[in-house]
Amino acid sequence: MATEVQGTDAAVHEGEGVRRRDFINIAAVSFAGVGGLAVLAPLINQMNPSADVLAQATSEVDLSAIAEGQAIKAVFRSQPLFVRHLTAKEIAEADAVDPSTLRDPQTLEQRTVDGKKQWLITMGVCTHLGCVPLGAGEGENRGEFGGYFCPCHGSAYDTAARIRKGPAPKNLQVPTYKYTSDTAILVG
Amino acid sequence: MVRFLGGLVGLFFAGMLLLSFIWGAVSFVSAPPAPTAEGEFHKHPREIAWSFNGPLGKYDKQQLQRGFQVYTEVCSACHSLKQVAFRDLEALGYSPAEIKAIAKARQVPDVDPKTGEMSTRPGIPADHFPLVYPNDVAARAANNNAIPPDLSLVAKSRHGGADYIHSLLTGFTSQQGYKNEDGKELLKEFPDAKTPEGLHFNPYFANLNLAMAPPLTAEGQVSYGEGQPKPTVDQMAQDVSAFLTWAAEPKMEARKSTGIAVVFFLLIATVLAWMSYQNIWSTKEH
Amino acid sequence: MSFPWAEHYTPKLPLMKWIDEKLPLPRFVYNAVGGGYEVPRNLNYFWNFGVLAGLALTIQLVTGIILAMHYASNAGIAFDSVEHMMRDVNSGWLLRYAHANGASFFFIVVYIHIFRGLFYGSYKAPREMVWLLGVVIFLLMMATAFMGYVLPWGQMSFWGAQVITGLFSAIPVVGDPIHTWLLGGFAPGDATLNRFFSLHYLLPFVIAGVIILHIWALHIPGSSNPTGVEVKGPQDTVPFHPYYTAKDGFGVGVFLLLFALVLFFAPNAMGHPDNYIQANPMSTPAHIVPEWYFWPFYAILRAFTMDLSIPFTGIVIIPAKLLGVLAMFSSILLLFFLPWIDTSPVRSGTYRPLFKKFFYLLLVDVVVLGYCGGAPAAEPYVMISQIAAAYYFAHFLIVLPIIASIERPDPLPGSITEAVLAKAKHRPVEADPALAAAAE
Repeated sequence: MATEVQGTDAAVHEGEGVRRRDFINIAAVSFAGVGGLAVLAPLINQMNPSADVLAQATSEVDLSAIAEGQAIKAVFRSQPLFVRHLTAKEIAEADAVDPSTLRDPQTLEQRTVDGKKQWLITMGVCTHLGCVPLGAGEGENRGEFGGYFCPCHGSAYDTAARIRKGPAPKNLQVPTYKYTSDTAILVG
Repeated sequence: MVRFLGGLVGLFFAGMLLLSFIWGAVSFVSAPPAPTAEGEFHKHPREIAWSFNGPLGKYDKQQLQRGFQVYTEVCSACHSLKQVAFRDLEALGYSPAEIKAIAKARQVPDVDPKTGEMSTRPGIPADHFPLVYPNDVAARAANNNAIPPDLSLVAKSRHGGADYIHSLLTGFTSQQGYKNEDGKELLKEFPDAKTPEGLHFNPYFANLNLAMAPPLTAEGQVSYGEGQPKPTVDQMAQDVSAFLTWAAEPKMEARKSTGIAVVFFLLIATVLAWMSYQNIWSTKEH
Repeated sequence: MSFPWAEHYTPKLPLMKWIDEKLPLPRFVYNAVGGGYEVPRNLNYFWNFGVLAGLALTIQLVTGIILAMHYASNAGIAFDSVEHMMRDVNSGWLLRYAHANGASFFFIVVYIHIFRGLFYGSYKAPREMVWLLGVVIFLLMMATAFMGYVLPWGQMSFWGAQVITGLFSAIPVVGDPIHTWLLGGFAPGDATLNRFFSLHYLLPFVIAGVIILHIWALHIPGSSNPTGVEVKGPQDTVPFHPYYTAKDGFGVGVFLLLFALVLFFAPNAMGHPDNYIQANPMSTPAHIVPEWYFWPFYAILRAFTMDLSIPFTGIVIIPAKLLGVLAMFSSILLLFFLPWIDTSPVRSGTYRPLFKKFFYLLLVDVVVLGYCGGAPAAEPYVMISQIAAAYYFAHFLIVLPIIASIERPDPLPGSITEAVLAKAKHRPVEADPALAAAAE
């Protein structure tokens, strides 16, 4: 840095020397800072889901044993997953609603896979504060719209699991899934 | 006062120790400790030039796959690998479909979803390798009162690691006429050290006799695929030792490569810190 | 205390002025490790180890708090939870190896720090309190390290817990009840593991508290220095910042470099393979040893092989086991009395020719003790450790007071600056007005 001015005016030389010194001190401190930040990465990353948790991030569900009108609770990422075999009447009820009147406008088609309209697959987690709604188990209260009913704060979902009444802001979430055969799905 | 009392305590402890020493030395001279068969005939593992040795060492994936094959076809009959999950095998170069097939071929314990009874189902990649015996009692009963140890950490829980496993697997030999490097014959020096019924002589094992029968006995016991080395006993032993080293330390490659980067960074930082230190002190004699 | 010529904290920004009025924490830091703390100018690299010990404790606290997020203190799953960290938790292997090797490095640094104090007489007046608090920190560290080693619940963890708590059963009459009380059972188990985890988490914060007292006590007389001659004037000192912060920065770099080499390339070199076998109450490892930093004390414990008895009557006054336990605890507790045992008025070993020889002998002695403590309990190691342990006690309790009264110390330099000047005589003198003035 300061090499070419060596041997010139002493004052200039002195000034350059000071600047070079400052540069080294600043470089040393910056290096320490960068090192400190780099150390933070593993300290933060360790809180992310570990490999064993991620390995269970997909679930397979067998649909063959679910009769029409019946629903089951499966497990997906340690949370309940509602798999429901809709009856023709329930499909008709869902289709009869004008989506534009809904809080979270969606049609049953948008919430199911093409040609598999009778299979309604949603998370069993109320979009209000995360309780598990009733309605997937045998004989449970399905609420006034015949879908699911959350007992925590009275959110009622219809037969397409869309929010119709109560505090929940959104329809029950539809996870990403695909059919691995006619009667089996892979969620996640 | 402190010094006086301290001196007394010091004299007392030092005196007791010297008395103990004299007592020990007298008995050491009059009745020197007898040499033991283990002391004279136990051998240290032979050193192998593993691909994973040294700060830049890496696992040889082909070797790990062969070793996994040896483990599956030979060791897994008795030895579990409970800390390892099927999904971990991705590090050996297997595809997700192959891992799924490997997992599916093994039954893992689970609750029958219909009856609620304990039962088994085919494994999935998220499962760990299932135990071979449900508990220690069953393991003992099936193995002549010896428990086959779990192999997940065996490469880290034995002095010598992979070298030791390799030496042990290839070290079974006949005790009759066995001599050590000094030319001493074991059964002549220690006639009482004869291997008991049901145990097997192996000079690499700490007390020379172990319950495990030689597991790798013949060339071609495991058939390797095309383009792989000949499955000699030594080759199979090396491969399974490498596999078990991976099983014990699956993060070794990440550890070493992170280490290179960290050491490089710290070298520069330390040089800078030294220059900064010299700068700041340049006008101060000290 | 600060010397009258020390810089005063003068906040420039209005915000800093405001904080200084409400809570003078920046002022406190400035006076503790900033420009306001005047330190002898002649400290050598051995004076880096205090700061390094602080860094080692910080590493242990940070990695330890994080490991506790993944650890399960249940005897059934503790071992597996550690393996879970090593295999599945993101960067878990790094954090766990850093914590395990960090403990070893903490002890390396603290041992050098202690021997620095022993050589340069840092325990002598007016710094006795600094020394006493240091011994307390050392005891707390040993307790913390011991309990931490139990947590992975490997074979050495289990049998270490069994053997060390078993020491207390040597106490007459109440020994066995105390042993059971410590374990919360008749052998180490769930109760032991949970209380050790709880205390292992608590004690480091106690250590941090005592360290604050240790530094506070140090700041009253100010730091000692390699000549042992007290500070006489402003020419003898430099402000801690930037002079010693820069030097410590370099020391930290070297420390981290060595730490990284072990952590990344030989992380199991200082551990015992048996601790990768899950604890098994039914089978003892062939050769139980504690971690290396306890080896000298373990050797002292095992060196006592003879009961104290009345000759020819067979009446045992103190059994060998109890003697070993007493001696082991005494070997550390005697350090509390050191300031009053060594009465030589000269602090630094540099000017004590006789003391110096015995100090080096002690250094070798402790290394020999350590080697014997790590070796199997067989001859000749037991006999060697008996001689070495005898010297250990003799050194502190007999040799030091005798040297203090018969030794003729070398002449001391008149001041720190004079010593620095004498050292610098052969080097080209640089522009340093203070030094030039002092030289005239």
